[in-house]
Amino acid sequence: MRLTLRIWRQKDPSVKGTMVTYKLDDISPDMSFLEMLDVLNERLIMDGDDPVAFDHDCREGICGMCGVMINGKAHGGEHTTTCQLHMRSFKDGDTIDVEPWRASPFPVIKDLAVDRRAFDRIIQAGGYISVPTGTAPEAHSTPVPKKDSDAAFDAATCIGCGACVAACPNASSMLFTAAKVTHLGLLPQGQPERYDRVVNMVTQQDLEGFGGCTNIGECSASCPKGISMETISRLNHDLLGALRAGVKPKS
Amino acid sequence: MTVTTSGQRRTPKVAKTNSVVKKVVMAVSGIIMILYLIAHMIGNLHAFQGAQAYNDYATWLRTFGEPALPKRTILTVIEVVLTVSVLAHMWAAFSLWYQAKRARPVGYVTKKAMAQSYASRTMRWGGVIILAFIVYHLLDMTTGTVNLAADKSEPFDRLVASFTNPWVTAFYVIALVLLGMHLRHGIWSATQTLGQSNRRRERTVNAAATSLSVLLIAGFLVVPLAIAIGALR
Ligand code: HEM
Ligand code: SF4
Ligand code: FES
Repeated sequence: MRLTLRIWRQKDPSVKGTMVTYKLDDISPDMSFLEMLDVLNERLIMDGDDPVAFDHDCREGICGMCGVMINGKAHGGEHTTTCQLHMRSFKDGDTIDVEPWRASPFPVIKDLAVDRRAFDRIIQAGGYISVPTGTAPEAHSTPVPKKDSDAAFDAATCIGCGACVAACPNASSMLFTAAKVTHLGLLPQGQPERYDRVVNMVTQQDLEGFGGCTNIGECSASCPKGISMETISRLNHDLLGALRAGVKPKS
Repeated sequence: MTVTTSGQRRTPKVAKTNSVVKKVVMAVSGIIMILYLIAHMIGNLHAFQGAQAYNDYATWLRTFGEPALPKRTILTVIEVVLTVSVLAHMWAAFSLWYQAKRARPVGYVTKKAMAQSYASRTMRWGGVIILAFIVYHLLDMTTGTVNLAADKSEPFDRLVASFTNPWVTAFYVIALVLLGMHLRHGIWSATQTLGQSNRRRERTVNAAATSLSVLLIAGFLVVPLAIAIGALR
């Protein structure tokens, strides 16, 4: 395949970036998107140029590191991660625009790599349960209805990639936060901290500077794991309950 | 592990009110306005019973409850509740608008939509146009300031004066269609905001939002259109 790539190049956060055009011949349709970028980088290194910085780790769609905007769609819009997107999704001769996630809480570190630690801080604000350490408890002592465990598992498949924020016209992190609130809120182990969790996580996402959700649905449509809009309704439901119960965010 | 607080220093101002609380304010005020609009639409249909019935209805709105209640009691209560709703709704809308602007100062070179509907994308500017329409509408039908009828006109005269003018009619039609789209997304969004939606209900909620909006707007549109084509005078 022959491709024209237009990639966002930015040396570091202090300078302005720009789209730079590269031409590639001889790309196999069986390559993943990241392998295609590897080919480009090998050439850039050979030519003594600066390779394109992009994040990645597992390359099997589970770590959530590799998200970039491809032709205006998060992860390329194929309901999978960038690392699992294959070049056969493109046509010979295509021009492909590659940009980093855009949101002020996700500042660009270099080229396509952004700092997603804002998500870590949202998790730290409430995305956990407190349990005593020691031997694992007998699983049968805490029964979970099948319906709840399935819905909790669906929500738990969120890999924290940030595509929802990147795709959202408001740059809201609501789907990510809602996936965590739903995952823990549906399980018995998540009940003691349920109200504090939702209040603290929403407060943190506001503090980080994410936008507010207006239920447009770009997030869910762009999510590689198909996290549903239902999780957002669940978060709102929990938050209203918490506010009625007078729960205040921890300072 | 070190916990940085850089994010917390970045946006102290917008974060004062919880973003979900803003949405709840928007949803509740929006629902109040929708309830009013339903009553308003049904009331307007009195026009089809003729000028006398329509003017009597307008008088009845002002004298309702007399002599137990002073003149205009009910109407004043409605006006106050609606004014508060509009202001609260606008505060939440503009504050979320500002928050979204700050959350993405640098846009994409290329951005394509995956799911967003036209209605959901026009909530903000559409809302501003609806606000302008509400102001114009009050000056037209309530105070008569911009109405083309004579000074001492009856409510029905004002209807006829406005809707025999194609420009005024066109503005009403455009504004009402925009309002319909606003409600189409708004009803779905409010259901989500109030935590009442789920995967099973999603279809029903969306179908209900569409049918309610279409019915409401159709009900509003028949009066101006009937006058415009000369079926009602
Ligand atoms: C004064 C002018 C108006 C402005 C600037 C405005 C603006 C907005 C905005 C920005 C939203 C949020 C969009 C979203 O959720 O995606 C919204 C939601 C909504 N609006 Fe309006 N609007 C206006 C008038 C109205 C009127 C007259 C009604 C009702 C008759 C209404 C009913 C609603 C409802 C029900 C919602 C959904 C609330 C929610 O998202 O939870 N709006 N409006
Ligand atoms: S909700 Fe989906 S898009 Fe958002 S961070 Fe999780 S996996 Fe990524
Ligand atoms: S590299 Fe791990 S999800 Fe893509």
